[in-house]
Amino acid sequence: MKMSNLTLRESIKIGLTEALESDPNVFLMGEDIGDYNGAYAVTAGLLKKFGSNRIIDTPISESVILGTGIGAAATGLKPVIEIMTINFLLLAFDQLINHAAKLRYMSNGQIEVPLVLRTVTGGGAQLGATHSQSFEGWLASVPGLKVVCPSTPKDALGLFRTSMKQKDPVVFAEHALLYGVKGEVPDEYFEIPFGKGDIKRAGDSITIISYSGMVRTCMSASEILSKKFNVECEVIDLRTLRPLDFDIIIKSVKKTGHAIVVEEAWKTGGFGANISEAIQLEAFDYLDGPILRIASEDVPAPYNRKLEFGAIPSEQKIVEAIKQKFSI
Amino acid sequence: MDKSKTIKLYKDMLLLRRFEEEAGRLYMEGAIRGFCHLYIGEEAVAVGSISCLSEQDYIITHYRDHGHALARGINPKSIMSELMGKSDGTSAGKGGSMHIFDVSKRFMGGHAIVGGQLPIACGLGFSSKYKKENSIVICFLGDGAVNEGEFHESMNLASLWKLPILFCLENNLYGMGTHVNKTRSSGENIYKIADSYKIPSIQIDGMDVLEVQKATQQSIDKIKSGQGPVFLEAMCYRFRGHSMADPSSYRNSQEVIEWQKKDPIIKFEKLLSSQNLIDPKKILEIKESVNSEISDCIEFAQNSPDPKIEALFENVYENE
Repeated sequence: MKMSNLTLRESIKIGLTEALESDPNVFLMGEDIGDYNGAYAVTAGLLKKFGSNRIIDTPISESVILGTGIGAAATGLKPVIEIMTINFLLLAFDQLINHAAKLRYMSNGQIEVPLVLRTVTGGGAQLGATHSQSFEGWLASVPGLKVVCPSTPKDALGLFRTSMKQKDPVVFAEHALLYGVKGEVPDEYFEIPFGKGDIKRAGDSITIISYSGMVRTCMSASEILSKKFNVECEVIDLRTLRPLDFDIIIKSVKKTGHAIVVEEAWKTGGFGANISEAIQLEAFDYLDGPILRIASEDVPAPYNRKLEFGAIPSEQKIVEAIKQKFSI
Repeated sequence: MDKSKTIKLYKDMLLLRRFEEEAGRLYMEGAIRGFCHLYIGEEAVAVGSISCLSEQDYIITHYRDHGHALARGINPKSIMSELMGKSDGTSAGKGGSMHIFDVSKRFMGGHAIVGGQLPIACGLGFSSKYKKENSIVICFLGDGAVNEGEFHESMNLASLWKLPILFCLENNLYGMGTHVNKTRSSGENIYKIADSYKIPSIQIDGMDVLEVQKATQQSIDKIKSGQGPVFLEAMCYRFRGHSMADPSSYRNSQEVIEWQKKDPIIKFEKLLSSQNLIDPKKILEIKESVNSEISDCIEFAQNSPDPKIEALFENVYENE
């Protein structure tokens, strides 16, 4: 198969471009996506290519940006809404949770909201407490929403294509630190279905379950554990939090007998707790020890680099936790 | 004045009134539960404004939505069934009183979060423009919504992008139980707020169905000429409490009596009689016909089955 080496930013832009080219009902709307070329430069050049009727700069008004997307989607258009970061999405929570997620149900199927909400998640860039949060897990608890969090350029493109085919609102969360990361992406058309996790690294010592930016951290921790301690981690990338691929988790844990869930969100109330619950329920007899969870410390993200990295799960923390688990 | 159209306004207002009186009674009996916000007193606004719409036009409104739904011609049997949570309801019992939808009539919902319908109204208007339809959106809101951030975001965007939206503010003077004088920095004349968004606005007597109709038609003409949104403030009053759970202790009975003197239905009936457009016999005939329609709709709703338990999991997502 012919491949191209692309950044995640480039792969998403390919997805956006082909969606705009193939369907005149697709339009992009958000803050600074046009003249400014996008806060993270994902939409760079699209205004020039597709014009201001389809690449639409908005005021800084998250609620009405999302609401406009909802109304447009409900009447047969296919909006791709960009909310500059997931932190700003809090200003549009009424539209997202009370409206987008509920209109199909409350109208008993009369209204569909097929919109894709692209946003940027995660910390690690010293942006302080209000600009470094990870809310995908929260959002995944809302019936009516689908939540996608890719960790590689290939997954991003394949999942974006699938997102565009949904008839329900999709939150497509792109990790800020992954935009520049490169990976192999097939040139031939492909899609990646929702609700299918991916084994990013095979192993039989322990199952590490993660998603989004933390997958990379888990991968590098796994390399250290393999080289130095002969521990072979199996790293599962969930790719979508809702729908969630329970099968891939359970199958792996039954094989390894150990599980550790790694996420960038806060530990209290984190999405990893759901996964731990599912594992103990479905694979209790296969477990050779407690399920571990590594998540961000329960503090607002600090600005100082040393403090921030003290809060976010790191490869060292993962390595240490697994060493301790195996009394290495 | 076109006689049959004029009489229809009267009949529609009566239908709204009688429907709501019965809804109130059924609520007291426990047949309707949850929150139930009656439209009694405000009939002229919904009937007058919606009478100007074409089938292509969209309606989006707040949680006091029975009146708008009825005025749009949605089957009263379906609405009453929804109020009772039955399977023949507009949303088969999943929406309830505050969430009436009928997409076949472009009735895009009762929305129960104050101000929440305004951003979506912008999307409907955007869609109409994007698809080059000649349709407009009428977005009803209450005086309480004016203090929400979503209101201001929506007003700005609608004006900026010249969206074909008629914002119809039903100023019934109270946001739940708090008077506008206590919540508005600029006082009662809310329509003036539209000036700051360069949206043409007008304040009208919302207890006068013909005045509402005339102002709405003029607004629609202006919107269809491509000038962008218009803001109508209809001064009105709800004769009942905020919801059935509200004993209205925050307003004195004299105020209610004063407004009841302006009852839009009695006022219109007098006008029609004085112009010989209607006689006592015809009035009685209309009242009997409305009463029997409401009786039928209650009977229908009472006999409609509850939704099956399997419906619980249906329509969360596509293909479910």
